[in-house]
Amino acid sequence: MNSPQVPSAIPAVVISEVLKRFGRFAALRGVTAEFLPHRLYVILGNNGAGKTTLLRILAGLARPTSGRVLILGSSDPRASGREIGYMAHPSLLYDEMSGIENLRYFARLYGIEDDECCARVIRRVGLDPSLTRPVGQYSQGMRQRMSLARALLHDPKILLLDEPFSNVDARSAVEMVRLLAAVRDAGTTVFAVTHQPSLLQASADEFVWMESGRIVARTGELPSLLDAPQSEDPGFEEGP
Amino acid sequence: MKKAFPILAVLTVPLLGYAFYQAMFVAPADQMQGEVYRIIYYHVPSAWTAFIFFFINFVASIVYLIRRNPKADAVAVAAAEVGVVFCTVVLVTGPLWARPVWGIWWTWDIRLTSTLVLWLIYVSYLILRRFSQGDQMPVLASALAVFGALDMPLVYFSIWFFRTQHPQPVIGGGGSIDPRMLHVWLLNWAAFLCYGLLIFWACYRLENLKRELEETQSLESMLEAPRFR
Amino acid sequence: MSSSARITRATLAKDIRLEWRSKDAINSMLFFALLVVVIFSFSFDPIAEESRHIAGGLIWVAFLFAAVVALNQTWARELRNSVLDAYRVSPAPPNALFVAKALGNFIFVCVLEALMAPLFTVFYNLRPLGPAWQLIPVAILGTWALVVNGTFFAAISIHTRSREVMLPLLLFPITIPALLAMVQATNAILTGQDSAKFWIVLLLTYDVVFTIACLLLFETVLYAE
Repeated sequence: MNSPQVPSAIPAVVISEVLKRFGRFAALRGVTAEFLPHRLYVILGNNGAGKTTLLRILAGLARPTSGRVLILGSSDPRASGREIGYMAHPSLLYDEMSGIENLRYFARLYGIEDDECCARVIRRVGLDPSLTRPVGQYSQGMRQRMSLARALLHDPKILLLDEPFSNVDARSAVEMVRLLAAVRDAGTTVFAVTHQPSLLQASADEFVWMESGRIVARTGELPSLLDAPQSEDPGFEEGP
Repeated sequence: MKKAFPILAVLTVPLLGYAFYQAMFVAPADQMQGEVYRIIYYHVPSAWTAFIFFFINFVASIVYLIRRNPKADAVAVAAAEVGVVFCTVVLVTGPLWARPVWGIWWTWDIRLTSTLVLWLIYVSYLILRRFSQGDQMPVLASALAVFGALDMPLVYFSIWFFRTQHPQPVIGGGGSIDPRMLHVWLLNWAAFLCYGLLIFWACYRLENLKRELEETQSLESMLEAPRFR
Repeated sequence: MSSSARITRATLAKDIRLEWRSKDAINSMLFFALLVVVIFSFSFDPIAEESRHIAGGLIWVAFLFAAVVALNQTWARELRNSVLDAYRVSPAPPNALFVAKALGNFIFVCVLEALMAPLFTVFYNLRPLGPAWQLIPVAILGTWALVVNGTFFAAISIHTRSREVMLPLLLFPITIPALLAMVQATNAILTGQDSAKFWIVLLLTYDVVFTIACLLLFETVLYAE
């Protein structure tokens, strides 16, 4: 909420009328929104609201049934692969390798040959690069932080996080929040789907509420649970 | 378009009947094989029909991979199902014919063997379609169909060369074809094609209806007002 | 080296390192390969004079079964913890991943063959009467034929139920011409009676056709949801 004024009118992400169907089930029912760069957006909603589906579409892991997504001006999410960092509830890491070995490998996928870069990002998430323990033996907090390191490795302009704080100890969570705010301040647009929005209360620029496959509200503040926002449909027209 | 279906059905039934009559009673008996040879009027036209439908599947699969048009996928699966049925007929009539005439159930005859491999490939295609999870099953199935089509020339050549090194009896034999037999052959082929087209059309429409139903159901759910917390 | 080749090399190195570390996977597959040879030897009398004529078929069917066991775990590590998503999200070209996995499988199956072939030679008293050096191109081309399609169909099987059954179910029919070629070529070389040249050319054609097909379609399969 307290990001510095950045002169940028070009949205980082533009979503137009995105529908996503899985057989008979409609996960996204007409999502239209624009997201500005250098912001930290928190996406909230019940299970089944479509948050994960939306994130996966932004990451390029799923294609919308209809509608368009523009990421940094490009309509092909795979073309912007270099600029996107993705983190989900599974760690996306090899359990049998150590943290630095994992990152060294993923760095190669981004064309990064410099190993020192990997060590640096591991230190940034508060872990020790010289740790030889395989990631499979990490605690959940450590694993999530290492997964975040993997997502940040290539300095992405867009960071997508799906439940980054789930089952994470308080200390790790606080460190991650601090890092996310720093990353946002450095110019990355961050999207965090979470069930624990209070952790990001101080750092978030906007809270995006989803319900039944639509964005129903966008607020600058996190209201108390008792007065949850009413359902508004900014992007969907009802009726024939 | 919809009117054509009953017209085709009305045409097909008497055509099948007439073709059967011609094959069983009118065509002259073979000099060497006697009456048994008449199974050729089922064996060979079924093979030609199966090949045609598998070719349709191949073309539809390529169209689907390029355009992602769901109707192309409906064509592909309908064609595959009809093709497999006719292919099964070929594989069953082959041994049934071979046994009384040549004394053996099976021979690595090039046509029969190629048909067997084709059958295996398309049955695996249908099984893949059934066992796939997720939206992208048509994509995977189309990829498999392309692989199968690329495989067939290689199958044919490998068996052809195998037979030059290990000669085996040929089912159906070479030799000249009595023009009266050719006429009955073609008649049966026309009848099978019409019948196959009928079933194909029905399958195709069924697939499209299933898809439309899914779309309608999901659109309906989209119009529901969101539940309040 | 192009970036694609670098990614292939990094992926292959990573896979070899991980296989080497969890040696139990290699050990159990090597033992399985040995068991296959023994079972085949008990089932098909190795003492008979005609063993040279059927040895080609036995050997390649045995290799095929061992290869399927190896191919089934091609993507196992990438599916745990959804690592494949990390690959999909990155700008890395999908074919670099495919080539790395196919090469890894190729090396692994060659190791299995290197173990099984001497055992077959011993049990069946095999002595090639034809040009023995031709067995090398047959082995290389034949193994690649199994592995390139096997890696591709293993990726397709990711999206299916009964994954371990789907792989051989899809692989075997398509592999028939290659299998015929491998077996006939091996028999020809062992018996010295025919030339294996046609079969080697057929294997080469098969490999070229399907390697191109896999490279063209792998990206589609990788991104299928």
